[in-house]
Parts: sequence; structure tokens; C-alpha cells
Amino acid sequence: MATIAAETEEDGQGARGGRGLRLSPSAISYLQATPLFAILGFFFLLPIAMIAVVSFWDYDFAGLYPDFLTMNYTDTLGSWVTWKTYLNTLKFTAIVWSLTLVIGFWVAYFLAFHIRKTSTQMILFLVCTVPFMTSNIIRMISWIPVLGRNGLVNSALIKMGIIPQPIEWLLYSDFAVVLAMVHLYTLFMVTPIFNTLMRIDRSLFEAARDAGASGWQILWNVVIPLAKPGMAIGTIFVVTLVMADFSTVQVMSGGQSASVALMMKNQMSLLQYPAAAANAVVLLAVVLLMVAAILRVVDIRKEL
Amino acid sequence: MNHEKRGLQFYLLAIFFIIFVLFLYGPLSAILILSFQGPDGGLTFPMNGVSTHWFFNLFEKQAVGDFGASFRRSFTLGLMVMAVTVVVSLLAGLAFRRRFRGSTALFYATVASLVVPSIIISLGIGVVFQQGGLKPAWYSSAFGAHLTWTLPFGVLIMFAVFNRFSPAYEEAARDLGASSWQTFRHVVLPMIAPSLIGVGLFGFTLSYDEFARTLMTSGSYNTLPLEIYGMTTNVTTPVLYALGTVTTLFSFTIILIALGIMMMLSRRQAKIN
Repeated sequence: MATIAAETEEDGQGARGGRGLRLSPSAISYLQATPLFAILGFFFLLPIAMIAVVSFWDYDFAGLYPDFLTMNYTDTLGSWVTWKTYLNTLKFTAIVWSLTLVIGFWVAYFLAFHIRKTSTQMILFLVCTVPFMTSNIIRMISWIPVLGRNGLVNSALIKMGIIPQPIEWLLYSDFAVVLAMVHLYTLFMVTPIFNTLMRIDRSLFEAARDAGASGWQILWNVVIPLAKPGMAIGTIFVVTLVMADFSTVQVMSGGQSASVALMMKNQMSLLQYPAAAANAVVLLAVVLLMVAAILRVVDIRKEL
Repeated sequence: MNHEKRGLQFYLLAIFFIIFVLFLYGPLSAILILSFQGPDGGLTFPMNGVSTHWFFNLFEKQAVGDFGASFRRSFTLGLMVMAVTVVVSLLAGLAFRRRFRGSTALFYATVASLVVPSIIISLGIGVVFQQGGLKPAWYSSAFGAHLTWTLPFGVLIMFAVFNRFSPAYEEAARDLGASSWQTFRHVVLPMIAPSLIGVGLFGFTLSYDEFARTLMTSGSYNTLPLEIYGMTTNVTTPVLYALGTVTTLFSFTIILIALGIMMMLSRRQAKIN
């Protein structure tokens, strides 16, 4: 503790001159990194390791029993329900990813290249950001009065005489799940893409135009390739969030659709922890493989 | 792309942007309006009179579980997470300015903590506490679970800040005879203060709204998001919207306060320079 006290003492002169407690730079780095390491070690690395261990354990309604069974895995992977659920989750991921990518790119593009004043740019960016700092569940249920049987969309369409009776699939359907996910997760695409677009050297556009490129050619051959790292970071966020989602699927599909995480959550509420753990290991492997694949395509390290 | 004249592309994209903003705020404003629904009104339009009935209903204990207590828990937890996130991220950011053995591994572990599905971390911490004979509670296990979500954001922000931070200022301070603590306190800290407020804002709001990671780790007392999540299945009155309005306004207030402090800090910084 004495060494730390010397580091943080208000009167640095005394610590320097008097006691000879000067630490080497690398020792200081270690001290500074220790809290992060301790927290991640106990609340992240240890739990993941524990899940891997527990996934081989035996269980019944009363508790868990240390063992080495592959039953949890064979049960999970041998069931066609699991495969269907994975397929459904991947379907959501693919649809939500492509929608958020397109919307996120154009929103970021508009903010970065069409808004000239920095202050306006920051205000509009904040306008996009603020809803993402409010509760996800509140933002989910806010669709109920809009999409419901007697909701805004249905009553407006009926009043206009476009449809004779309410559309049933607006709420509690896969459509509602996708809509809510796009609503929840688009910012995770906008922010990193905006960040990369802002760093593109504008003189590149001049050069491209001087060389005879059309607007679309500049977009396709200059802007998009340079925006790829931002798109990759956004993709990692969106893909991992959708793959891990259970609440949106549960609330917005009204229990009619499934996702891997929702399946896990149901197992957890039945106290089938080892089964849930086996599912977790499989899901984790799938997610990490997807992230690794994205990182192979695009190098994001320069982005930070 | 910076023509003097606004082209067709500008107007198309402007319309697209406006639709996007409406898409973001439209449903939220529907909730805001419907929370003033009359006492006999339902979950959808039309409004059946205007009243503050549901807001009063919110504060009656029997109506919606114990909203006040879960709010206090979430608020306290948010402040705890905020404080730890700011301090630990700052320290880690300083540490990462130098290469040290294991720095790459620690960095990847931080990023992985962001990527691993929340529910898996929730399950893992739940099982660790159960097997370790510890009692999960919102201030212990859920606190740690939230940190695995807020710390990566904090560390990445500090990483980005220090990557753009010129060491020339510190060298100048040192040349003028400042100790390393004085350099940090009077040179580095004022320059990164707005970013630290940003990290704090992230820490608080992410924790205040988090529930996937709280699911298995909150113990016997619910945090506010868990309370709301439970309500979505069994509450069928606009009191749900009243709660939504109150928490959303609370979040907006926190964001405004943080932005205000950030602007004040950078204005003061500009004045000095």
C-alpha cells in the first residue's frame, strides 16, 4: 500500500525526494491495470470457465452434481428444436444486420457529408443517440400502441379505407421482432460508421472527381471501402446483440417465435443449469466464430 | 461532396434522416401521450379523457409491485457502476499508454466481455455464486455483471482518448518541474475531463437500463428494468406507460445534466487556452 500512497500523494515532491519509492514504468502500468484485470477475471473469465465446466455436470430438480457427461451436449445438438431455433436466430440476425447496415450507413453518410456546420452535426448526432440511452424494454413496449390490433397504424389504414379489417401480423409476429430490433440496434451501426466517415480525407473526393469519377463511383470506390472498418465494428455489435437477444423476441413475438437465448432462459427458469450451460457453450462458439470471421475480412485495430 | 448548391441527394437523404428520427421518437411519444390516458382508458388510442390517474396509480404500492424500492436500487447501482467504471477505465487507459506484458491479452479480454452474450455472463455469474455458496444480490453479483458491460465501453473510450493525446503537454509540464502527480492532476486530468464525464454517463445509463445481465444475478430483489420486464406480461393498464414516461424522463434528465457538465468543462478549457 505504501507504494500506491506515494503514487497518489498530493505532494508529489515529498514522495519523489524523500523515500525512494519510485516505481518502474511497467510496475505502474501493472498497478493501473490490476483493477480491470481483477474485475474481468472474477466476473467474466471465471464465470465463462464455470459454464464450460458445469455443461458437463449432471442435474436434477434438487441440484447440480459434478460429473463428466456429454449428455447435455448430445441432448442439445441431437434435438431438431435446437437446430430450428438456431436457424430462426440466424434468420433474425441476417435480416436485422442488413437493415441496420443500410439505414445506419445512409444516416451516418448524411450526418458526415451533408451537414456542414460542426455544431449542427453534433446536435443531430445527439438526437439520434439519446433514445439509445433509455430503457430497451420501454422502447419495445412503445410499439404496442402503434402496431396493436387497435393501434395507430391499423386504425389509420382502416380510416383511409385501405384495409377492411386490422392487419394481425403487425404485432406479436416476426415482423414486430425485426422492427423492434432495428429500432433498438441501429445506433450501434450509425456511430462507428459516422466515426470512420468523419476521418476520410475530403481531398480524396476532389482527386476522384478530377480523375473523372461520377458520384456513384466515388461512393462505391472511395467512400465504402474506407468505411469498411466502421461497418465491421457496427456489424460485430449488431450480430452479437441479435444473437444474444431473448427479450425482444419474447415480448414482440408474444411467445410465438424462438431464439437461442430465449431457449437458454427457459432452461434457466426450470433450473436446468447444465443444459443451459451446454447451450451457452455452443452459442458462445457460434458468436465468437462469427466475430473472428468479421475480423478476418476487415482489420479494425486501426480504428481505435 | 461539399458543393455550394444542395443537390437532389441532399434532399433525399434529409427526408430519409427525418423519417429515421420519427421512427426513433414516434413510438416513445405515443407512450408519453398515452400515459395521460383517462382512468377508464386502455392500452391503445383513442384517449379516453385526460388525467394523471396512472401516475398516481404508479406510486400506490399494490398496483405495480414496489416501484419506488426497485427504482432506488437501480439508481444506487447505477451510481456505483458509474463511479467504478470511471476510475477503473481511467486507470486502465493510463496503463495501456505503455506496452506491458499481457497488455494485448487484457485488451482482448475487455473486447470479449463486450461480445459475449449478456445472458451467458448472467448465467455464469449466477452459477459461480451458487456453487461458491454466495448469495447473489443486486449490489454484489449484479454489480459485477453490469461492470462487465460498462467497463469495455469505458476502456475503449479512454483508449481512443489517449491514442489522440499528445504527450507534448506532459513533457512540457515535466520540463517545468512538475511531478508526475502534478502533471496528471493539472495537465492531463483537465484535458480528459469531458471524456470522463462521457464514460460516467455511459456507465450510469447502461447499468440503469440493463436487465439481461441482471436476470440471474439480482438475487431476491428486483432492479427497475426487471420490474418493468415482469410487468410487460401481467400489467394491462396504462400504468405501464406512466412508468415508461417517468423512467424515460429520468434518463433524459441524466443525459442533459451530463451534457451540461461536459459543455461547461470544455468552455472553461477553451477560456484558459
